[in-house]
Amino acid sequence: MNELQFLTWVRGTGLNIAVGLFLLGVLWRLIEIYSLGRKKDLSAPRHVAGASGWNTVFRRSIPPEGMVKRSPVSYLGGYAFHIGLAIVVFLFAPHIKLIQSLTGLSWPALPSQFIDLVAVVTLAAMVVVLADRINKPVKRFLSTFEDWFTWTVTFLPVLTGWLAVRHLLFPYTTMLALHILSVEILLVVLPFTKLFHAFTVFGSRWFNGAVNGHKGVAV
Amino acid sequence: MQGPLIDTLALHGVSRRTFLKYCSTLASLMALPPAAGVAMAEAMAAAPAAAKRPSVIWLPFQECTGCTESITRSHSPSIEGMIFDMVSLDYQETLMAAAGHQAEEVLRKTVEANKGQFLLIIDGSVATGLDGAYSCIAGRSNLALLKEIAPHAAAIVAMGSCAAYGGLPKAKPNPTGAVSVSDIVKDKPIVNIPGCPPIPVVMTGVLAHFLTFGSLPDLDKLGRPKAFYGETIHDRCYRRPFYDQGKFAKTFDDEGARNGWCLFELGCKGPVTYNACATVKWNGGTSWPVESGHGCLGCSEPNFWDAGGFYKALSMPANPLRMAAGAAVAGAAAGVAVSFANRAKKKDAKAAHETTTLADLEKSEER
Ligand code: SF4
Ligand code: SF4
Repeated sequence: MNELQFLTWVRGTGLNIAVGLFLLGVLWRLIEIYSLGRKKDLSAPRHVAGASGWNTVFRRSIPPEGMVKRSPVSYLGGYAFHIGLAIVVFLFAPHIKLIQSLTGLSWPALPSQFIDLVAVVTLAAMVVVLADRINKPVKRFLSTFEDWFTWTVTFLPVLTGWLAVRHLLFPYTTMLALHILSVEILLVVLPFTKLFHAFTVFGSRWFNGAVNGHKGVAV
Repeated sequence: MQGPLIDTLALHGVSRRTFLKYCSTLASLMALPPAAGVAMAEAMAAAPAAAKRPSVIWLPFQECTGCTESITRSHSPSIEGMIFDMVSLDYQETLMAAAGHQAEEVLRKTVEANKGQFLLIIDGSVATGLDGAYSCIAGRSNLALLKEIAPHAAAIVAMGSCAAYGGLPKAKPNPTGAVSVSDIVKDKPIVNIPGCPPIPVVMTGVLAHFLTFGSLPDLDKLGRPKAFYGETIHDRCYRRPFYDQGKFAKTFDDEGARNGWCLFELGCKGPVTYNACATVKWNGGTSWPVESGHGCLGCSEPNFWDAGGFYKALSMPANPLRMAAGAAVAGAAAGVAVSFANRAKKKDAKAAHETTTLADLEKSEER
């Protein structure tokens, strides 16, 4: 298989398989998780549970008082790479083109140079966050294989994409194919690992908020 | 600088100075030192009289003659064409006067007289299906002809994407079993000059190199001269600033297209195509495909013919995602099945639940 065939494979068969497994996994897990339901709390609610749920959804995106100072890397690094990822994934012209060809939806893109800068910041933030995880004994102790693994499958698409756009390391054709392949690995892995929080984060926050609100602790 | 070539060139209104300039351009195109240009000019000009000119055999296989057209009609009076005056093009079916048995005789004699010394140029792919019966010349298959003649050549030039990589005849489902020259011939130096058709000056450059230095130029791992295939179309495209700014033409005649915006979304394969179009241009430097408003097809890359469609952007799926709908249904079904299983588990747990009474606790304390 030469480079172009490799690229055509990841754009064709590979993408087909990856998107298939991704959809399969996402629907499976979403239905499984949300159909579990919760045991009915028979006590009278102390607060309007729903409102507390919504409140928590937003409030947990903001660091609690004093935490940024105590754990700057987790917060600032976390923000930087999450926002960076969203910008790179959804506002780069070729990505929008892909989404458009799959769903018909499209929106304006940001200039490539800006995306390039964001990608570098994202990569740096991810490296810093990883270094912090390795350096801090508690974080290291709490980390399992899954943490290292999910970091890697998230990092690789950004790295390979940036290298491809910058024409570094390998010829562009190979690098682009590796980039698409790494995204495909991410797609397959996402529904079955902690990365699934991309889909569940707001739902679980809402539940937590609602349950706590019911008990009288509006958080 | 004197010689038969200079005389012929003069006859066509090409001055010595123009020729020298051409050679130095060629040398710089091929990333050779400036002195190489002079060396080339001298070597080519000094090409000895007809009898001793290096012999070239050009065999057309499964092809469309586009490659021959590209070279012979490059622009006139073409220096590229003139270069052929330095060699003795002994067999070229499209161009030669002889036909039938005479032509066959020429071929046989040329091989005989120049064993191990002639340059073999091939355009077109080699059909291997039905023992090569899909493409025959004078009752012999291309495959048999190649196997017979290649061992006697000094070196082989695979002209055009068909000879170099199989080309359009090799496109799925490849009914004729088309393969490239290098798939058949393993023990000869082969230089690939892909392109559909290839750029004439690349051909001349390789010939000039062979004549001057007696060897083939530096090749990349796909067998192409690095000097001409070292950079992508996209690397040198004049529309590149628009790509970087994210300005893309959406159709072939919208405002963006008229303003020269990037053709990426219209399917341009420039980013993955190594060729010299953007620098050398076509038709004597008049223009080139992307300049004339059409995206690059990727014609100098192996398998460009099966790379998912000429008008699909590189970022788009090469094929429709056929598994998506089925996978979504399967995923939903799995989710529902698991949720039923979970429910059953919950129900069982509930049923198995035994209420602990104070009496029970006391009992266990007694023990
Ligand atoms: S037109 Fe093609 S080669 Fe030129 S910048 Fe756009 S994508 Fe690259
Ligand atoms: S622009 Fe692309 S498709 Fe067109 S001739 Fe050049 S390499 Fe081939």
